[in-house]
Formats: sequence, C-alpha cells, structure tokens
Amino acid sequence: MLSERSIDPAALDLLKKAAKDGIETVWDRYEAQQPQCGFGSLGICCRHCIQGPCRIDPFGQGPTRGICGATVDVIVARNLLRQVAAGAAAHVDHAYDAVEALELAAQGKINYPIKDKNKLRTIAAGLGLDATDQDVNALALEVVKVAYADMANHSQTPIQWLMAHAPKERIAVWKDLGILPRNPDREIREALHQTTMGMDADPVNLVLATAKQGLVDGYAGLKLATDMQDILFGSPTPVVTEANLGVLKSDYVNLIVHGHVPLLSEKIVEWAKTLSTEAQSVGAQGIQVAGICCSGNEVLMRQGIPLATNFLAQELAIVTGAVDAMVVDVQCIMPSLAQVAACYHTELITTMPIVKIPGATHIPFSLENADEAAQVIVRKALTAYTKRDPQKIHIPDHRSTIMAGFSVEAISAALAHLDADQPLKPLVDNIANGNILGVVATVGCNNVKVTQDLFHVEMVKELLKNNVLVVATGCSAHALAKAGLMNSEGTERFAGASLQAVLTAVGEAAGLGAPLPPVLHMGSCVDNSRIGDLVTAIARYLGVDTSALPVAASAPEPQHEKALSIGTWAVTMGLTTHLGVVPPVLGGKQVTELLTQGLTEVIGGKFYVETDPLLAAQGLITDIRAKRRALGLDN
Amino acid sequence: MKQLLVRSEHCVGCKSCELACAVAHSESKTLFGAVLESQPPRKRVFVETDGTMNFPLQCRQCSDKPCVRACIAGAMHLDPNTGLVQVNDDKCVGCWMCVMVCPFGAITEGPDRHVVKCDRCRELQYEPACVSACPTRALQWVEVDRFAATDRRSWVDHLKEANTYAE
Repeated sequence: MLSERSIDPAALDLLKKAAKDGIETVWDRYEAQQPQCGFGSLGICCRHCIQGPCRIDPFGQGPTRGICGATVDVIVARNLLRQVAAGAAAHVDHAYDAVEALELAAQGKINYPIKDKNKLRTIAAGLGLDATDQDVNALALEVVKVAYADMANHSQTPIQWLMAHAPKERIAVWKDLGILPRNPDREIREALHQTTMGMDADPVNLVLATAKQGLVDGYAGLKLATDMQDILFGSPTPVVTEANLGVLKSDYVNLIVHGHVPLLSEKIVEWAKTLSTEAQSVGAQGIQVAGICCSGNEVLMRQGIPLATNFLAQELAIVTGAVDAMVVDVQCIMPSLAQVAACYHTELITTMPIVKIPGATHIPFSLENADEAAQVIVRKALTAYTKRDPQKIHIPDHRSTIMAGFSVEAISAALAHLDADQPLKPLVDNIANGNILGVVATVGCNNVKVTQDLFHVEMVKELLKNNVLVVATGCSAHALAKAGLMNSEGTERFAGASLQAVLTAVGEAAGLGAPLPPVLHMGSCVDNSRIGDLVTAIARYLGVDTSALPVAASAPEPQHEKALSIGTWAVTMGLTTHLGVVPPVLGGKQVTELLTQGLTEVIGGKFYVETDPLLAAQGLITDIRAKRRALGLDN
Repeated sequence: MKQLLVRSEHCVGCKSCELACAVAHSESKTLFGAVLESQPPRKRVFVETDGTMNFPLQCRQCSDKPCVRACIAGAMHLDPNTGLVQVNDDKCVGCWMCVMVCPFGAITEGPDRHVVKCDRCRELQYEPACVSACPTRALQWVEVDRFAATDRRSWVDHLKEANTYAE
C-alpha cells in the first residue's frame, strides 16, 4: 500500500512516478529484505571474533552463551556500545573537520572568513581564555588550540569542551559514575578495544561505557561542531522560506546539497549566487539550491535555503527529473542514488575521500580548493540542465512556508523583547505557570520501518495540543516543516490555547506581526547541541539539575547509529528519551532493564520505547507532569 | 496439496525458521512480544547439520503415522478436516512414546510434560511461519509435483552443460 510508505504528499506523488519509470526505491528494497533476521533484531548475534558468528536462542532452548562464554546481555551490551561509538565517531570526525577549517581560516590559508566574532568571544571566554581585546584570528587560534588539545589529550583529565559547557550538577554525576571522557578519540578506540573478544564481560560496565560514548558524542561531536560552524559561518537568525520538493523550479537549474557538513554546501550556495547569471546562457532563469538531510538544515538555518526533503525521499528528489545536480558530502547518503541518477539526466557528485559511489562523478573537495570545487560543481549542474528530458519532469506542487533559524542566540533575542535583562525569564515563567506544560525536543531520522514522517507529525500534533512546546532538528525538523508545523498558521491550527497565547505574545513583541511557529527549528543533527545549550541555560537560570526540568527528548523514527549516540547523550543529560523504533537490545533482559529503568537511579535519564505515536505523546506528557510535580509546579 | 519441502543446498543455517516458528506459537505472535513472555514459546523446527549439510527438520507428516499408532492416550491423531497429524494437548499424558518412534526426532518436550511438534501453522491463514521466514527459500510451501518438476528442469540444465563441456 502506497499510503503505508509515507504521509508526505510529494513523496506519494513521486512514488507513483517511480513505479512508472521503473525505479527501485528504499521501500522496495525494504520489502525485499523481509523477513529481517530475528537474531539481529534482538541484538543477540555476535560477529566480533571469527570463531563465530554466535547466536543466543532468545527462547532458551538452544545456546545460552557464545563460544567464548559471553552471555546474552554481554553480547547485546557489546553490540550497543559499538553502535553508539560509531555514532560518536561520525560526529567527532565531523567536528574535527570544522576545527581544522577554523584553524586554516584563522591562519588566512583558506578563503573562509570568520563571520561570528561574538560567538568566538563567548566560546573563548567560556574556555577561560582572555577574549577582550585579542585579534579575531589570534583568538580563533587559541580556541582551536583547546579543541586540538582535547583530541591530543594524553592525560586522565576530562574533555575541556565538556568541562567548560556542561552543567556542574551533571559533571558531578558523571564523575561519580567514572564516565567523564578524556580524549574523544581515545574513548572511541577504547570502546572498540573493550568490546573485542576476551574483554569486558560485565553488562553494567558496558552500559556505563556506552553512556560515556554519549558524552563524547555530545561535547566532542555535536557541541564542538556547532560552535566551530557558528564561528565560521554565523549563528543562525530567523529565516523564512519553504520546505518540500515543490521548491524545485521547472525553469531554474536545480542543485541539491545533501549530507551533513556545511563546509562545502556553504560554498555551493555562495557560488550558485555568483554564477546565477551564467544560468541564462543555458536557458534557465537562475539557480535554485535546495537541501536534503542536514547539509540542507545547515544552509537553511544560516542562508535561508529551502528544504527539498528528508532522508527517505532522497531518491524521489531525483525522480522529479528536475534535479540537475545532487552534490553529497558525508552520512545518510544512500548508495542507490547512483542507480536512480543513471535513469535521469541528474549529475550525482561525490566530494569526500571517504564517500565514493561507483557511478557518481567524484570531484574532490578540500578546504584549500573549496572555491574551485564549488564552481566546477555549479557549472556541472548548468551543463546538466541542458540535458533535461522534458518528458520525464514532474515537480509535485507541494511546499510549506517555514520559519527556521532558531539558534539559542535567536531564541534569546526574541525573548529579550519581553525581558531584556533576563531573556530566559519569560520562557521559564510560562513553564512555571503552566502556559507551557514542558518542552519536547524531536530529533533524528526517518526509518523505512515507519510510514515516512507519520510518527514525527502525529506525536508532535498531540504534544502541541497539550501545550507542550516542541523544538526540532535533523530529519524530524524536515518532517515537521513539510507538514506545516513551522509557520504561524501552524500555531493557530495545532497549538493548545495557552501555548498559542505565549507564542503570539513573543511573536508580536519580536515584531513578527504573527505568532512564533509551534515547532522551533534548531538546526541539523549536530545542532542538537543547541538544545543541550538551551536546557543547560534554563537549568542554570533556575539553579536545578537538568534531570529535574519538565523537558524530554524523542527520536520518533531513528535509523542511524548517530541517533543512538545522540539519544545516549540525552539520557546522560538526565532526560527521558523516547525511541519510536525498537533498538536491537530486547534480547538482553538485563541491558533492556538498565536502559529503560535501572539507569534512572544513577543518571536521572532513561530510554523510553513506544511504537505508537499517540501513546508516545501521552507517555512523554506523563513524564513531564511527574517532573512538574516534583518541582512543585501545577499540572 | 502443498507440502513443506526443503532445498537443503540453500540452507545457510541462519535459524530464522526456528525463531519464526517459536514466535508463531507464542501468545503475542510478535518477536518483541514473544521474548518478553513469561512462558517462552517452543520452536518445532530444528536446523540440523553434520558440518557440511544443513537441514531444517520438522514433522514430515508420514502416512504410516508411527506416532499416532504409538500414542496410548489418543492425543496424537489424524485431523479429519485437514488430513494432518496433530497433537491434542488436553489428552497428552507425557509418556513420550511418540518421541521414541518418530524417525526424524521431530517431536519434543513442551511445557507441562506435553509433547509439541510442527502443526503446519494451522492457526495461521497463510503459509507456515518457517517458510515465510526463510531468507534463501530453502524452506518451501509447494506442491510435491511442482517441486519435483523444478528438480527435473535443473537436471536437464545440468545435462546440457555436461554435454556442452564434452563437445
């Protein structure tokens, strides 16, 4: 059934075209994969040594231990730790690229001007550096030195980026548990070591090591990446644009940026503007850049570039027949794109040394050759435009107006219109008086096991109806943007009365002439750090631990190992963290119990798995109400 | 009539059929539900191997029915509606006679001193769960003659190849 694949009208429209054009999509391949292995689904298969693979019988009739003697909980915990470490590795690698970019920019070796001097000074001051009169480039190099020192830390001292930015109450909890990470690279290496054959056989110790990886992800990945990118490209401020594949234009050269790191996509946006006059020479009106996944979110937040679509519909973007080039960097890029692109005129362009796809054109990107590479890529799109097949073009007429760009700085600026001295006060007061019941952050992916966007949208509508403010990032933000939950009309249609009143008051005070949207788009997946910063700031303002706040997190349709590492970080922050898809841990009862209950006693947060959107919303609201009660607030 | 037949050369020993069988005989009928049930469901198919060949084995529904003949309690019986040998759980006294006479070892101990064996998913309206779960189509729910015809065609192909090589 088509309607089981997606709720996005553009995706449904294009799925029909894909079938007509004979294009195989992610949904077809998912069906071909059925049935999926039960051992893998339960996390009870171990392939860590080549005496294996070993599987445990979940029903107790067959083997209860692996060949080495590992119990089912050891196998489940080791698998989870490896997955979370892989997610953290992706984010730390991303952040490292951004640090490198700031260093070369400050040295004047690359053409990336440092755009946000205020953020640089704030970060520097937070790290204990003298930020007053220093030259911007010299100060940037000081900041880079601290980031590099973390990556080269040979001592037992914790990651400085964490110590400078995490709440003191949390640091004390993590220290007690012995999970303060040292050098992020060392911790990731240690996780691989700890999970190899003949190592840790204690499920509790393995779960604590997993929590440590969450901290690596949160501070040496997410937070570091966002900080570097804001300094380089500017902290986002509110922007208004549109979302969904209807943003593609039939008479423009359509260039899609897809992936996660903005180092290339920022340059693409810049050069698409500069070279737009060349579009006329190929018969186009101009160049339309649009984004998929988090590269899309990055250039949306800072440049107001429209969103094309999210993870599951990346192939369908090409099926429009109107995408002249799709340029990809890292993460969440389906290898199948090359096959789909081969059926149309689309130039699929890979750019990174660790992401090559046979069938794509590889144009190596480096910080030093960024301008040249970007120009080559834009011109490839121009050339491809001339090869379009008009018979194959179909752009679905679906797009929603969205307001995005809600960095913590932008939220504070909007609230400052109500209280210039204490911008957080109006937000906190409205939470305290119950106008805002609480805050839920929806993050993460699409997962083909869930009807695309359905969980994000249905759960969030229920939360809004109950006056829960929602902030979003990643593909969750894309889903909610497409569904019309990121504009003022969305506030009037979906927000409960008291939430609507608050959003209207802030919107009016900030001079928007309309309410703030009911869902605030806070950026890409690494920008989950912005949510962390907001939660940290609110907790500090109130003088309470983050675990006490009526705040929860949710990954309604998680797919990637990164979603597991981000979720683990949210749990270490003391938040109840909902997952809408069952992670591969149920085979281990002890591990499942630790993740969903046992951890709460020591860390405050927990995982909460619920695969029904309305029940999940109700579960999160119950959790928020319990935290309100504990704070002495009315429900 | 369709039968449960096996192409053992396709069996990679993944045991997905065993899991699916247990789930099909659980209360919840779902994997995630079944692992949480207090009484673990029992599988009725067993992937056996001698190190070179794998074979998912379950009740073969023999026509001479030694298990029915051996049953002193009338629990093991021929269901007149389906023509299948089935166990009536209420009558089983746990004497294990059927276990001893089954040439395939396809009858095993279930909860409460009762025997369990493959019932061909009679509760399910579709093909047996083990067949649905098999990723390599080693387990098939197919008419005997169709299965044999496939074998004959494969033999012809093999012969042709051999002749071509001989020339």
